[in-house]
Amino acid sequence: MSGTHTAALESEAIEIIREGIAVAARPVMLHSLGKDSCVLLHLARKAFWPAPPPMPLLHVDTTWKFRDMIAFRDRMAAEAEVRMIVHTNRKGVDAGITPFTHGSDHYTQVMKTVALRQALDAGRYDMILVGARRDEEKSRAKERIFSLRNARHQWDPKAQRPELWHLYNTRLKDGESLRISPLSNWSETDVWRYIAAEGIPIVPLYRAAERPVVERDGQLIMVDDDRMPLAPGEVPARRRVRFRTLGCYPLTAAVESDADTLDAIIAETLAADRSEREGRLIDHDAEASMERKKREGYF
Amino acid sequence: MAPTLRVVLCGSVDDGKSTLIGRILYDCRQVSADQMQRIEEDSRRYGTQGGAPDLALLMDGLQDERRQGITIDVAYRGFRTPRRRFIVADAPGHEQYTRNMATGASTADAAVVMVDARKGILPQTARHTRIVAMFGVRHIVLAVNKMDLVAWDRGTFASIDAAYRTVAEEIGLARVASFPVSALSGDNVTRRCAHTPWYRGPGLLAHLEGLEAEPPAARQPFRMPVQYVNRPNPDFRGYCGRIVAGDVSPGDPVRVSPAGTAAEIESIVVWQGTRDSATRGDSVTLTLKPDVAVSRGDVIVAAQDPLEAADQYRARLLWMGDEPLTVGRPYRLKLHTHEVGATVTRIRHRVDIDDGSELAAVQLELNDLGVINLATNRPIPFAPFDESRELGGFILIDRATNATVGAGTITYSLMRAANVKWQDFDITAEVRADLKRQRARCLWLTGLSASGKSTVANLLERHLVSESRHTYLLDGDNVRHGLNRDLGFTEADRVENIRRVAEVARLMVDAGLIVIVSFISPFQSERDFARSLFDKDEFMEIFVDASVETCARRDPKGLYAKAKRGEIRNFTGVDSPYERPERPDLRLDTEKLSPEECVELVIETLV
Repeated sequence: MSGTHTAALESEAIEIIREGIAVAARPVMLHSLGKDSCVLLHLARKAFWPAPPPMPLLHVDTTWKFRDMIAFRDRMAAEAEVRMIVHTNRKGVDAGITPFTHGSDHYTQVMKTVALRQALDAGRYDMILVGARRDEEKSRAKERIFSLRNARHQWDPKAQRPELWHLYNTRLKDGESLRISPLSNWSETDVWRYIAAEGIPIVPLYRAAERPVVERDGQLIMVDDDRMPLAPGEVPARRRVRFRTLGCYPLTAAVESDADTLDAIIAETLAADRSEREGRLIDHDAEASMERKKREGYF
Repeated sequence: MAPTLRVVLCGSVDDGKSTLIGRILYDCRQVSADQMQRIEEDSRRYGTQGGAPDLALLMDGLQDERRQGITIDVAYRGFRTPRRRFIVADAPGHEQYTRNMATGASTADAAVVMVDARKGILPQTARHTRIVAMFGVRHIVLAVNKMDLVAWDRGTFASIDAAYRTVAEEIGLARVASFPVSALSGDNVTRRCAHTPWYRGPGLLAHLEGLEAEPPAARQPFRMPVQYVNRPNPDFRGYCGRIVAGDVSPGDPVRVSPAGTAAEIESIVVWQGTRDSATRGDSVTLTLKPDVAVSRGDVIVAAQDPLEAADQYRARLLWMGDEPLTVGRPYRLKLHTHEVGATVTRIRHRVDIDDGSELAAVQLELNDLGVINLATNRPIPFAPFDESRELGGFILIDRATNATVGAGTITYSLMRAANVKWQDFDITAEVRADLKRQRARCLWLTGLSASGKSTVANLLERHLVSESRHTYLLDGDNVRHGLNRDLGFTEADRVENIRRVAEVARLMVDAGLIVIVSFISPFQSERDFARSLFDKDEFMEIFVDASVETCARRDPKGLYAKAKRGEIRNFTGVDSPYERPERPDLRLDTEKLSPEECVELVIETLV
């Protein structure tokens, strides 16, 4: 692999991970159970081999993740070398906040953004590794690799530190933290090629299979469990679908696909005419909604 | 496929940078249907093209950018053509966002400098060109844009091209490729233009596709800065880093810079195994035989080609701080994996952005370029930036705000001894001290307000005088009222205050006196600066230690109470930090020891 495009991306990502960890007092890696998180964890294993990755994983469980994702998480947590911290916003659960009853915007605010802030405050983490890529969304394209968050975990897009060469300014004041994105320069295709080349395990939902879905506003929503309220006369149909991106099941749309192997997924990604996060309903709630969520401390 | 080419788009505001990249993405079919749909919606709201799709909106990802129709921060966008992959950094044109442009330029292989055909070369064109030249960007492409608005006039293109080449030549940029284009329509960018029969060259994109990303691999000696020491168990100690030059194999003789310790590469450890060799760009873990001491910041280098280490440099600097650069003020410097205290000891000149002339300057303002002398508080292994971006590029960080305020490139090291000739006098410090039957010293007392510095200093001086020593006590009061009467309490003034006190102490030591300095001096870099003025045994850093709580309880002048009420700002220990000495020569714990016991300890250490 040495000398190739993928090798260059891998070496750059490992350099970034090591740089963050070398200066960290309390490092953590956010793990969404998605493909990018899986790649990030694999890179951290490589960066510190033969030692295990020297940071815990943090997973924010909204209680609305796909069942496949939770099963995957539990298998992963059973591996001895990683410590997995799972956090849920209990107040949100007790208040009965769900994506169906409170709207995706409010639900995301309470069960994801606030939950993440709670978990980060509890751990007082300073260096936070995340699997964000610049090609996902255009406010992410603007973000530094080492991205400063204030004590309330907010991003200020107008006051980003200059980031020269590979010299990262990791100085922090009390309560501040850095979100570190080693995959900044990776594309969706790069991620898939790497998963294929390295044999990285991923959640099965990324592969096409027959799944029960309903069509709403032109989006295919999977009926993952019986908490999903169906409209009168609405009957889930079994269709061959897969997911390009994974979040909470009611808020993540599937795409029709026959791609059930990594090669087929790579071919489909290269030919795609729709962007990866189109199936993420929360990105489109309001204009510039990702930027706004990040200002509030969202991942 | 050729390696990914990183391109920065620069030039003045409204020259069409975001439009150019938008056009390229669109023509290369890199805009998905749903993105295009959103652009069309946004264009009706904010577009500058009368409702037609405004391709610049593909890149202007921040809400304020779309509202104001400008680029504020650099956006990175990857795309591919059948021939190669690109990562384009779309940089802002406004002068106030120059630091964001510099961010994009620092990692670029090529720069596309855009000029509006109607406006010609503007100050920002020259500024950006100087920055990409300083950062060693190898390929410069001039895009004379909006040619459609000057009816594709050949003479206009030729005169802008000639004017730009004059600037480029003065800066030292040898090769410039120029293109007459319309970013809006893609003419001479992605497609041939029907209006320019006089232009026969390739399109701009085709030109970029053919450029080399990396310089041809000349054989360079091996260099790897150590990022992280990996010690999972007592049997394994690996040094993690990314190779910045040359290649390496097990058995290769190496040295650890700056110490110079010799060793041999034992193995190159990678995931679940080892490798036979590794080369520039690879992230690896090395083990050494024998297992000599190595820490983060050291550089493992080929034994036959050691790396120079220095603590004084000549450098170019782009100033990015909102506050001007102040000579003598302590900053943090980051160079490869080293972070140390540093001060700019002199501004040699500021560079005139338009014509490159050297202007005298006492400070550098935001977005100024200059040439400086720089001192670090300990020697760091480095290479001139022209030889190595990784070992010669540095940033300066403000100690108070933590902002990244400077981007610099090392030109060469200044060996102080070789460059500064001191006047030799017959009467030396030693002669003067001998006459007083003592050894001259500087006893530097640091600690929080109310930690007991003044009490100890007074008692100490009385004790020394009672033994017929010749002393002088420098403290806030006698210095503030005279020598430093012109200084206030701003950050810059506090730095200058300490600098003057240290210099005065040095003169007094030279005169043969035992000087007691009693100053809060909260920053290690300031104390290190003071120490750097003296010979090894002349200076004693004495840490007068009491907790903030204890000091606040003592509070003889009521200052802590005032600070807590917000009546005094920047009060050390309350809303301004105190950096505990890392390695004081002596620590006096005034919570446990009486002033008399403290003085006794100092005297014991002195003897």
